[in-house]
Amino acid sequence: MEEKQVRIQLEDAAYTYEGASSPALSGASAIVREGEFVAVLGHNGSGKSTLAKLLNALYLPSEGRVVVCGYDTSREEFVWEIRRRAGMIFQNPDNQIVATVVKEDVAFGLENLGVPAEEMYPRVESALASVRMSRYADSAPHQLSGGQKQRVAVAGILAMEPSVLIADEATAMLDPSGRRDVLETIRDLNRNKGITVVWITHFMEEAALADRILVVSDGRIVKEGIPREVFSDVEGMRALHLDVPRMTSLAADLRREGMPLREGILTVDDLVKEVERLCPLKSAI
Amino acid sequence: MLSDITMGQYFPVDSPIHRLDPRVKLILTLAFIVAVFLAHTAAGYVLLFGFIFLVSRLARIPFGMLLKGLRPLRLILILTFLLNLFFTPGETVLLHFWVITLTREALRQAAFYSLRLVFLVMGTSLLTLTTSPVSLSDALELLFSPLKKIHFPAHELAMMMTIALRFIPTLLDETDKIMKAQMARGADFESGNLVRRARSMVPLLVPLFVSAFRRAGDLAMAMESRCYHGGEGRTRFRVLRLTRADGLALAVMAALIGLIVLEGIFLT
Repeated sequence: MEEKQVRIQLEDAAYTYEGASSPALSGASAIVREGEFVAVLGHNGSGKSTLAKLLNALYLPSEGRVVVCGYDTSREEFVWEIRRRAGMIFQNPDNQIVATVVKEDVAFGLENLGVPAEEMYPRVESALASVRMSRYADSAPHQLSGGQKQRVAVAGILAMEPSVLIADEATAMLDPSGRRDVLETIRDLNRNKGITVVWITHFMEEAALADRILVVSDGRIVKEGIPREVFSDVEGMRALHLDVPRMTSLAADLRREGMPLREGILTVDDLVKEVERLCPLKSAI
Repeated sequence: MLSDITMGQYFPVDSPIHRLDPRVKLILTLAFIVAVFLAHTAAGYVLLFGFIFLVSRLARIPFGMLLKGLRPLRLILILTFLLNLFFTPGETVLLHFWVITLTREALRQAAFYSLRLVFLVMGTSLLTLTTSPVSLSDALELLFSPLKKIHFPAHELAMMMTIALRFIPTLLDETDKIMKAQMARGADFESGNLVRRARSMVPLLVPLFVSAFRRAGDLAMAMESRCYHGGEGRTRFRVLRLTRADGLALAVMAALIGLIVLEGIFLT
């Protein structure tokens, strides 16, 4: 099979905040390929947000190298190329909307790139359509819910036609329905438009939906793998102060009590299927 | 309690005046101010009043709203009128009572000076009532952009104005939230004398400022990550185009000024 193109490459990257004694992130190496949905999982202060900002050239690595879409982030002349190709959504939905009208905010990135006005209109329209926000094109941002604002922010990035989307805890400040909504939108973009996604989160259930998980703890990437692998090590995750999805932890408890459940259970459906396999229901019931 | 603060005094209806290019409206307002100062005869003042009245009709703005705009100025208006009335030297005495002398010239001047103020306020209100703050900042940016050559920060000022407008409702919401949180813990914003009340504002303002600074930091980062790098090489989503109506409006204003100048020459 043909290898997919590398979108993001971290080579032993480190970053130390000004005045801090120890690095917030060190020795980080990872590769993200085209079309992947990669979750970066870590608790607060683990260095996952620092990692996100390295990917957008907002921070430059103090050691090592970060290459995004073929551009080394430390080369100043590539900064705008990198930011256009790797768009970023932030945690607070209120603090990333610039304009007073939704469609004008979506156009903000395009204005910065110097795209002519006639070309902007269709791009803004289709970006809003792909996050299902066309109806609100003329609304004021403060009239929208948190989830809707995040979708507007996503549209603002999409309009720039990026190949990578980095979401830095984009759902952390949303209510459950808004969270589901934003995650669904991004998953849809990943599947149907082939946009590579780096999803930074501390929610296990969200990370479980990714193709691959990078676990960050104390400024290091400590684990990497597909969700089933990563979460099967229940004890190891707990040692990192990270939880595993509820069903995985329930399955682990049951296994300890002697139930021969297989490894790698993530969702309610998984567990139900496994229990049914072990004790088949009589069709009479 | 905070939700009734409206943004500026923009009166959002659709009218030919609302649809005029904001740059043109800004220039027309400046021209109108000049016209007000050019008028020196009763006929001139009638013309000015007629113009204001017609424009407010066309803009579908209730005339009462323009009058309301004069309210904050009522003291200055009364003072202007009285001072001019009693301290303007004149010959034709209309009334003489104790130390007060009322002359025809003084009456005329008092009336004209206060009317001039009234017209200035009404004329500029017509601009702000029919132009949204965002288009106004657009107009300012475009009109001042030639001054960029001498390093006048036209784009930066307009961007600041837009961001301020964008965050007014957000910060108002936040103020409301903080107030309620403080009130839930027994804070009292309503009673006591002025000093007490001012002091009770401190626990409200400190968190508000802290959060405003945090928001500013976040926003700056979000703007940078969306390739914002100042006004250079930037295109605009809202394109302003001059239409025939704009030309017509300019012509009407030119005619108004012309008439005022002419009758000033021939009627005095």
